[in-house]
Amino acid sequence: MSGNSIRDTFFEECEELLEALVEGLSGMEEAPGDMEIVNAVFRAVHSIKGGAGAFGLDRLVGFAHTFETVMDKVRGQELAVDESLMGLFHRAGDFLSDLVTAARDESDVNDETEAGLIKELEAYLGPGGEETEFMFEALTLDMGDEAPQPTRRRFDIAFRPTRALYENGHEPLLLFDSLADLGDLSVTADLSALPDFNKFDPSDAVLSWRLSLVTAESETTLHEIFEFVEGLCTLDIDTTDEPAEAATAPLDLGPVMRPAPPDVDDMLAGDDAEDAMAESPDRGASDRPATSLPGSSKDARGPKPTLRVDLDRVDRLINTVGELIINQAMISQRIEELDLPTVAHLTNELEAYKLLARDIQEGVMAIRAQPVKPLFQRMSRIVREASDATGKKAKMVTVGDSTEVDKTVIERLADPLTHMIRNAVDHGLEKPDIRKAAGKDVTGTIRLSAAHRSGSVFIEVSDDGAGLNRERILQKAIEKQLVAADVELSEPEIDNLLFLPGFSTASQVSNLSGRGVGMDVVKNAVSALGGRVSISSTPGKGTTFTIVLPLTLAVMDGFVISVADQTMVIPIASILETIRPRAKDIHIVGTDSEVISLRGSYVPIVDVAENLGLGDGAERGNAGTLLLVSTETHGLTALRVSGIHDQRQVVIKSLESNYTAIPGVSAATILGDGKIALILDPEELIKLAHTPVHETASQQARMELRHG
Amino acid sequence: MAETEETRAEAQFEFITFSAGGQSFCLEITQIREIRRWTPVTALPHTPEDVLGVMNLRGAVIPIFDLSARFGLGKTESNERNVVIVAAVGSTTIGLLVESVSEILSVAKSAIQETPNIKSDVTRNSILGMISVGETMVRVVNLDAVLDTGMGIAV
Repeated sequence: MSGNSIRDTFFEECEELLEALVEGLSGMEEAPGDMEIVNAVFRAVHSIKGGAGAFGLDRLVGFAHTFETVMDKVRGQELAVDESLMGLFHRAGDFLSDLVTAARDESDVNDETEAGLIKELEAYLGPGGEETEFMFEALTLDMGDEAPQPTRRRFDIAFRPTRALYENGHEPLLLFDSLADLGDLSVTADLSALPDFNKFDPSDAVLSWRLSLVTAESETTLHEIFEFVEGLCTLDIDTTDEPAEAATAPLDLGPVMRPAPPDVDDMLAGDDAEDAMAESPDRGASDRPATSLPGSSKDARGPKPTLRVDLDRVDRLINTVGELIINQAMISQRIEELDLPTVAHLTNELEAYKLLARDIQEGVMAIRAQPVKPLFQRMSRIVREASDATGKKAKMVTVGDSTEVDKTVIERLADPLTHMIRNAVDHGLEKPDIRKAAGKDVTGTIRLSAAHRSGSVFIEVSDDGAGLNRERILQKAIEKQLVAADVELSEPEIDNLLFLPGFSTASQVSNLSGRGVGMDVVKNAVSALGGRVSISSTPGKGTTFTIVLPLTLAVMDGFVISVADQTMVIPIASILETIRPRAKDIHIVGTDSEVISLRGSYVPIVDVAENLGLGDGAERGNAGTLLLVSTETHGLTALRVSGIHDQRQVVIKSLESNYTAIPGVSAATILGDGKIALILDPEELIKLAHTPVHETASQQARMELRHG
Repeated sequence: MAETEETRAEAQFEFITFSAGGQSFCLEITQIREIRRWTPVTALPHTPEDVLGVMNLRGAVIPIFDLSARFGLGKTESNERNVVIVAAVGSTTIGLLVESVSEILSVAKSAIQETPNIKSDVTRNSILGMISVGETMVRVVNLDAVLDTGMGIAV
């Protein structure tokens, strides 16, 4: 059993190493000649090989070895990296990933691909037979490197405070003192930004410093010292651990300078700065102890210490914390019900309890949060494969890949994203010659971005292709009898036809996309996560798909409302404003449709109770309270509810785990009194109001049973 | 609580019998998680009559079905002896409102008879078999069928 768990650990590590590999490879493209990145790639391949050797995964070892040997040539600068080699590295990286998966699942991989790749890789190697020997040597060396021997390294720190740093009462000298405690420190002040005496503003920050610290401490420790001034200064920490590399330090000046605000950029990049910089390495070098091994350059950003925990344990903890929140709400409610004479202490303690419970919850949820980076990196492979298969040139740009999202979201987004990316390359981008004719860059760009915005996670897939061909989409939808032939649709409505089941615009079924499983699958997957997908497209400019997901899957801020005689919850994020309408603002249109005039425009009113089948429109005429929501398909709509009671954070409980999805209801939650309240989904609710038939499939199924 | 069951030697099965819609039903004891007093539930919109709503079972949201209505025997009359039988089917947990719980029945496998070939397919599917106890007959409820027909797939 223990053997298996070590094996599992190896494959988990492989995942990380493969991520590092992909990241390194794209880094090599951006910054060719950066040896640190080449080293990182080499190390990743090498570590996979080492681990695979221990488990007797010969095939993996063999391929990794060939890969690594070529990489080593690049590392030794015997081989220059050009575009074709870079492409080969990418493919080799992809195949290495396949091999790892195959080894894990004990499945098979394509022999031809392997033989082809090995041949291509070997073509870059001159004749030579010592590689096998080298392999064993390298393995031993690696072990030696990992021994917990503190190595003294030199950190070059560029520190430039902003005015806010001083305004907040920080003192650079104290920071330097703390740094000096860690090891040998030398400081150079950069006076280049110092203005004329006449123009001098004493409260402004004009000084910056270059510090050089030789220490055995990790970079994390350094960051801890600057923790409180983060955001108040520009800080850059560069690591070197051998005197020989010190000479290259001035070359690093470019990247070091980049974060500085533009107005000081040119000053800093001037001669003064360079002189200051050139000075410090020498000093650092002279301080260096002889213990550091030349040539054993370490990773610039040492990995943060992490802990591997069984996911089940985390989930149990999350569940329990959810219970804690509910329990806290119950206790508050019970105490309120007691109607005690105002006891200030009790209220304070309760409030503190509430805050603590929230803190715990947030902390626990943060455990599950992961950056989208690995997910995005996987997509770069999809872009490569898709562009190879379609003969279109495409590159992927990612933005905001450090955005953190719940682990479940990452796992469940992989398939929809893959599909969307393939679509973007296959349907979105034009053929190179068409692009050229349109005056565009021959290489199409697929942009994948992630961001947190107002309590939601936005993930966008956009291409710079031709945009949606709306005529064609509508025609297709009519052909497939998805809509009536004489239907008149607005542009967004036509775009949304793409999400209908069974819709596929590619006239030819290609290898990549267009197998009948279309965007509806994407939409369902996203809806299952409580999110939505929307499209925007500009002819000739491209198409953007936006996935909006809730930040956490477990809690949400909501209004506690009453609908007919039931208590329900509606997500605050979806509500633009609440209105207590005056009777004269409400107008009846036709026989039973109502609108409210709101700042000069008319907004349709949807009665929630009526749509959920809870009332018979008895509320009509009775103004109630209106919640103004904006939806993607139906624009502004006012939802009528009987009243709003409270605003609180609620724990989301799935209805689907034990029952089934109910239209208009996204989930349930447990209120302070232990009762269940339904969480409404405004978008679906409004859609429901526009569907004349309320009979659902489940009802029909039930009818059959009863009459059967 | 129903957690004390012990599988006895040689195919001896234990059932909990209860009445719903005036008829006698039973469920194998291992399927039953607990039996609770009836407490008001939260109604669900757009659901058939026999889905009473959802209940909070220690933090989980479980649907409560009116077994009598489900089998087309009319709604269960509100009564002090009404109980909710919480049962597990695979990974889902559901609650069944019944009129009252009667007793624990211990029978050999051979005592369970197959459902005779009655007219309605649906009714036959909802019952796994029958056990005769003295003068009366007890129907073994097929929980899967209760779930299947009840869930449908609401779009």
